[in-house]
Amino acid sequence: MAGDPDLGMTESLATACEAGGADILELGIPFSDPIADGPEIQDAGQRALHAGTRPRDVVELAARIRQKTEIPLVLMTYMNPVLAMGLPTFAERAASAGVDGVIVPDLSLEGSSEIREALEALGVDMIQLVAPSTPPARAGAIADASRGFLYVVARYGTTGVRSNVPEDLRDRIIALHRVSSLPLGVGFGVTTGDHVRAVAAAGADGVVVGSSIVRRAAERRNAEDVRKFVAELARGLVIERRPTSPVLRDNNL
Amino acid sequence: MVDAYVVRKRGYFGQFGGQYVPETLMPALHELEAAYDEAKVDPAFQEELESYYRHYGGRPTPLYFARRLTDHIGGAQIYLKREDLCHGGAHKFNNVMGQALLARRMGKKRLIAETGAGQHGVATAMVGAVLGLPVEVYMGAADIQRQSLNVFRMRLLGATVHRVEQGSQTLKDAINEALRDWVTNVENTYYLLGSVVGPHPYPTIVRDFQSVIGREIRQQSLQRNGRLPDLLVACVGGGSNAMGTFATFLDEERVELLGAEAGGRGAGPGEHSASLTWGRVGVLHGARSYVLQDADGQVLDTHSISAGLDYPGVGPQLSALKDTKRASFVAVTDEQALEGFHALATYEGILPALEPAHAVFVAMQRAREMRRDEVIVITISGRGDKDMATVADAIGVKL
Repeated sequence: MAGDPDLGMTESLATACEAGGADILELGIPFSDPIADGPEIQDAGQRALHAGTRPRDVVELAARIRQKTEIPLVLMTYMNPVLAMGLPTFAERAASAGVDGVIVPDLSLEGSSEIREALEALGVDMIQLVAPSTPPARAGAIADASRGFLYVVARYGTTGVRSNVPEDLRDRIIALHRVSSLPLGVGFGVTTGDHVRAVAAAGADGVVVGSSIVRRAAERRNAEDVRKFVAELARGLVIERRPTSPVLRDNNL
Repeated sequence: MVDAYVVRKRGYFGQFGGQYVPETLMPALHELEAAYDEAKVDPAFQEELESYYRHYGGRPTPLYFARRLTDHIGGAQIYLKREDLCHGGAHKFNNVMGQALLARRMGKKRLIAETGAGQHGVATAMVGAVLGLPVEVYMGAADIQRQSLNVFRMRLLGATVHRVEQGSQTLKDAINEALRDWVTNVENTYYLLGSVVGPHPYPTIVRDFQSVIGREIRQQSLQRNGRLPDLLVACVGGGSNAMGTFATFLDEERVELLGAEAGGRGAGPGEHSASLTWGRVGVLHGARSYVLQDADGQVLDTHSISAGLDYPGVGPQLSALKDTKRASFVAVTDEQALEGFHALATYEGILPALEPAHAVFVAMQRAREMRRDEVIVITISGRGDKDMATVADAIGVKL
């Protein structure tokens, strides 16, 4: 969550996550009423707002991170901050910051065409979500509309740390692979390194870990600790990769 | 080619409304819409609802001519639509009874609800008891404190009350938590939303069940006066009693529609809850409507002397009625609402809830400028028992 506790720390955490083995970075723009989020991300968002974090600050932070690395950057926020900034302005700022994708969890497929077109025209992906409750035909329509990857919501409920990986995940992933050629990124409740490896083994192309890292960062306030934490999450998944960030390469991390 | 049932952009009133919710809830909203469309035209469903309205809820509620208040003001004739006499003490019953029957028809085993002042929570608890469905109510910690009587009533009626500590700890946060519960338990749970807000089809469903208010006003006005009223006045928080009052009259251009919002302590951010008067278009709780928010789209804290109006959003259809100018809206301060409250107590022997006291004040103002042969109807959406501590505090009396 960008701005928790401040933007400087978020910037360090971004570098740490990449060094730890993350392939894509998701930056949260805090919103006052995040209905899709559990306590960890709600609290982080509240702290970021109390610290005075504004949506435009987060986009500027993305631009600074982009100066240091080529890692794909995804912004996550809700519909209202996007509307308040204005759709065209949001799209232009995201694109010129070098953002690769946008996730808006309270934007259903029905309401998404305008923002998808605005972003797509500037080369930014609108990433759509499919849920456990989504019927197969609708999942196909959502996949057709999604760009970059398809975000697979792993379970009923909000984001947040959980103690297990849902048993039906493998079947859902197989079914979704049938209706879409997009990579599947699976998230919501993926908490530990064992969860990550279980989700990967179930056939996911990518694994999204949010609350667990947000909580760890809030508890320790230490970028190096988060790097190690992410390294543990990613252990066994990293095949052969070089850091894309010039900073990381220069430091031989 | 995508099936029209699979992807539907529906539930808009002009630019307002829609379905801005996590994907997990979309199929549930589709299911709800289909079930409601069926129930709406099923005579057995309507008959059962009508029977509960009459024998359990005490409908029809009276349309009462407030003679002494009218004489005191010396202008238009003021009538009161007595929703305060409805079972549970507020209009909330009308909607809750309908939705609970719908939930049972859909085979849902558990009702959840949000509540601000506690009236919707009490009504849901009541109806859960009479239909034998377990009820869980989300309520902000700040509201629990100022409406402890209603918390006790809900518990006596068998409901579980969940205390919401997030955000401003009021109605908006209670709705957030109820939505999070629903997204987690959507397969067996019915979310019984209490106002004409939220994603489609809720604003339509709640309006339809509340529109019994306006239908009765129409019938009772024709019976008593042989004509329709000139002006209808209702308070607006989320807007369910206002939409219930107005819906029947939308095509009757001669009937003026006026909503009284909570002006609180004045126009400053955080000092009021007047979304239509001072808000900007945004998305809150699944719908596009007028929202009290800062320049970045962060939803503002609100204030009102009445917990039931203390909400930063408002129904999408009311937002559309503002834009088309079919209805107008004014902000009434805490102090003015107390003036309306005292007037009704003094001249009519009725202690209204502080929410409709806002409507009473603005109706009194308007009555002064109107002729004696003109007719105003004020919807008294609830009774004032729950507000005794607040009123005592406001006038410096220690109970």
